[in-house]
Amino acid sequence: MDKRSARRGYEGVVAVVPITVPYVRYSIRTAHWFLARVLAELIRASGIDKASIDGLCVSSFTLAPDTAIGLTQHLGVSPRWLDHIPLGGASGVVALRRAARAVQCGDAQVVACISGDTNHVDSFRLTLSNFSSFARDAVYPYGAGGPNASFAFLTANYMREFGLERADFGKLCVAQRDNALRYPQALFKRPLGLQEYLDARPIAEPLRLFDCVMPCAGAEGFLVMSADRARSLGLAAVQVLGTIERHNSYPDDPVQVRGGWAMDRDDLYAQAGRGPQDVDLMQAYDDYPVISLMQIEDLGFCQKGEGARFIREHSFTWDGNFPFNTSGGQLSVGQAGAAGGYLGMIEALRQLTDAAADRQVAKAQTALVSGFGMINFDRGLASGAALLGRA
Amino acid sequence: MTSPLTRPRRKNPVLRTRLPNLPPGGRSRVALGLTAAAALGRFELQCCRDCGKVQYPPSEACQVCLSERLQWREQSGAGELLAVTELAHSNDLFFRERLPWRLGMVRLDCAVTVVAHLHGDCAAAGARVRVEAVLDRSGQGVLIAMPDKETAHMADDPQLREFTCDPKYRKVLVTDGRTAVGQAIVHSLIRAGADLIWVGQSEPWKQFPGIEALRTLPQVSLVPLDLSDSEAVSELCAEIGGRVDIVINNAELHRPFGIAARAGIEAARAEMDINYFGLLRLAQGLGPALRARGADGQSSAVAWVNLLSIYALSNYPPHGTFSASKAAALSLAQCLRAEMRPAGVRVINVFPGPIDDEWNQTVLPPKVSAAALATAITRALQQGIEDVFPGDVAQEWLARWRDNPKALERELAG
Ligand SMILES: [Zn+2]
Repeated sequence: MDKRSARRGYEGVVAVVPITVPYVRYSIRTAHWFLARVLAELIRASGIDKASIDGLCVSSFTLAPDTAIGLTQHLGVSPRWLDHIPLGGASGVVALRRAARAVQCGDAQVVACISGDTNHVDSFRLTLSNFSSFARDAVYPYGAGGPNASFAFLTANYMREFGLERADFGKLCVAQRDNALRYPQALFKRPLGLQEYLDARPIAEPLRLFDCVMPCAGAEGFLVMSADRARSLGLAAVQVLGTIERHNSYPDDPVQVRGGWAMDRDDLYAQAGRGPQDVDLMQAYDDYPVISLMQIEDLGFCQKGEGARFIREHSFTWDGNFPFNTSGGQLSVGQAGAAGGYLGMIEALRQLTDAAADRQVAKAQTALVSGFGMINFDRGLASGAALLGRA
Repeated sequence: MTSPLTRPRRKNPVLRTRLPNLPPGGRSRVALGLTAAAALGRFELQCCRDCGKVQYPPSEACQVCLSERLQWREQSGAGELLAVTELAHSNDLFFRERLPWRLGMVRLDCAVTVVAHLHGDCAAAGARVRVEAVLDRSGQGVLIAMPDKETAHMADDPQLREFTCDPKYRKVLVTDGRTAVGQAIVHSLIRAGADLIWVGQSEPWKQFPGIEALRTLPQVSLVPLDLSDSEAVSELCAEIGGRVDIVINNAELHRPFGIAARAGIEAARAEMDINYFGLLRLAQGLGPALRARGADGQSSAVAWVNLLSIYALSNYPPHGTFSASKAAALSLAQCLRAEMRPAGVRVINVFPGPIDDEWNQTVLPPKVSAAALATAITRALQQGIEDVFPGDVAQEWLARWRDNPKALERELAG
């Protein structure tokens, strides 16, 4: 890990005030409502006034027909820097890295990164049938299983190629449920046993019920500002050590077994000046457990194909030897649309500011947040990761 | 292994007939290239004319060199099954009623990955498969992975039958049994396992060769039917409408003349009365009943076949009025197809070249034999093809027409 990154670091930029708008299974509100609630909470919790927020970064699937620009009028803000990041599960990481550069370069002083979605009874189906033109033309007409079908293929292939068993994925899911029992916003409140995981009803073999996220409504958000500004406001801050993003990586792989992290992880660790051995906790995007494992492998915690052994040799609860998705992940909290792409970021910010209550990872100094999103046709296209450090 | 289909039990008339739902039919315009090929029974993918890359899903530019010169080219469909899943849950009504539903991810030998419906006889991941393009009930092209070698009762696979219009154990109306073509169709349907065939007979008091042979077949029921008689058509439709699964409208009137060679319009009017208005009468009589039974279990209403002519695409002046009547029928068949679509009932148009019958006596060979035409129709039903061009002449005219319709018009003018 002595290879130097050619990229500049993010010195002097911090992320502060992780906010969660409580998740609900269904809501009659709009995405606008959830995004307004999260912005209001950011303002209240940080103590700054609305006019001081001069940068806004938005992610949402259910905001249509609006985008970030329309939202500025709903929220009555006049930012001089505006971004809309439609990257699903990679939104949190990408929002952070873009906002950090904007603050670092002076294009904005305080950027509110917000993400949220509503969930009407019918909105999941509508999102699926119009998710992308490739999905509409080449996936949805095939059983309309949505991402379940696509990830069933990736999971089946991964198991066949690398010798994984369902119980391996089950260990991750069970540990995340244990974590979720200590996260008040989690929609799943009951413990999950391995046998219950294995015996759950099939959804799209080899995927069963507890391999799949439950769509819900909710929102997440945080602020990006200079370390000086955070200090003067008295806000607990988290340093941005390094970030990467990559899209449509390895297009010639017949079926996805790796993501962009494998291309860029050396650069990530070099920029941060830290390695996998320094990571105290990892928050990965977990729409399905196979994706969690892909991120563990591609971000250098074990070789590709050694995931089964890694899972068998580690424990993934908040107090385990590889604290992982310590608020429960989407699998046990719920997937609030694009806010799912912020869930790990928010939890990492809490862990590094000692705000994780009774699931606090002891002596957490460095967190790795990883994102993955947009299964456009047969594979997820967006990937990103960020290394965060206690300020 | 596929279990062979069994003859459906008599329907309980008290039970509610399931209403038809369609699989998702939305497509981008460029993706309709797959549908256009599937309608002809072909599997084509976009191929870049500049760098040779084959790509899928369809797009407006080459994913390698960004060229816009993309051409749909026929593919072998050979590939390896990478992964299999069985959906136990779907967000769509059509599939919810048919769960569990098997899907496969296939790596084609042309280095393209596709998601496909999966025939039940395909072995586990790693197996060799053959991908075909077929039309689904919404009329759109989809891919299905088939075992690379023929298996027993392959056509009886329940998922495959959702795409085909197989006559096995289905009830069929053939509108004209007097012609050699009509009789060949009946024999072909019997070989394909049709359950019951009503065979129309106009002027039943006249003796036509071959009719008596039909009468002796246990599957055949001769019924009086004259498509030029509105009342007779509605009477028959009222009697059998609720049971017909497949309509094959082969009744036609063919008089070989253009405009100048014959005075008056009587012959042309008679042609229109059978070839165009006959279709209209029949469609008004039977259409509603077929639409209501588009999802009626194993042997639902599935298809409507029109015997048109290759002359429907471009007028053949020596048979000018006949060509015009078939062009009118083609246009009406497109309307029928649109109206049948919500029920998932496929409208199959058959465009033969000159048929080897008395009305094409002066037309030079090659001509389509009655048996070959009947086989093409049965095959179209079994494979779910929508536009059928049987015979070498039809294939050649089609190629010329697709290449340059104006050139064909001049060539046919002689
Ligand atoms: Zn090209």
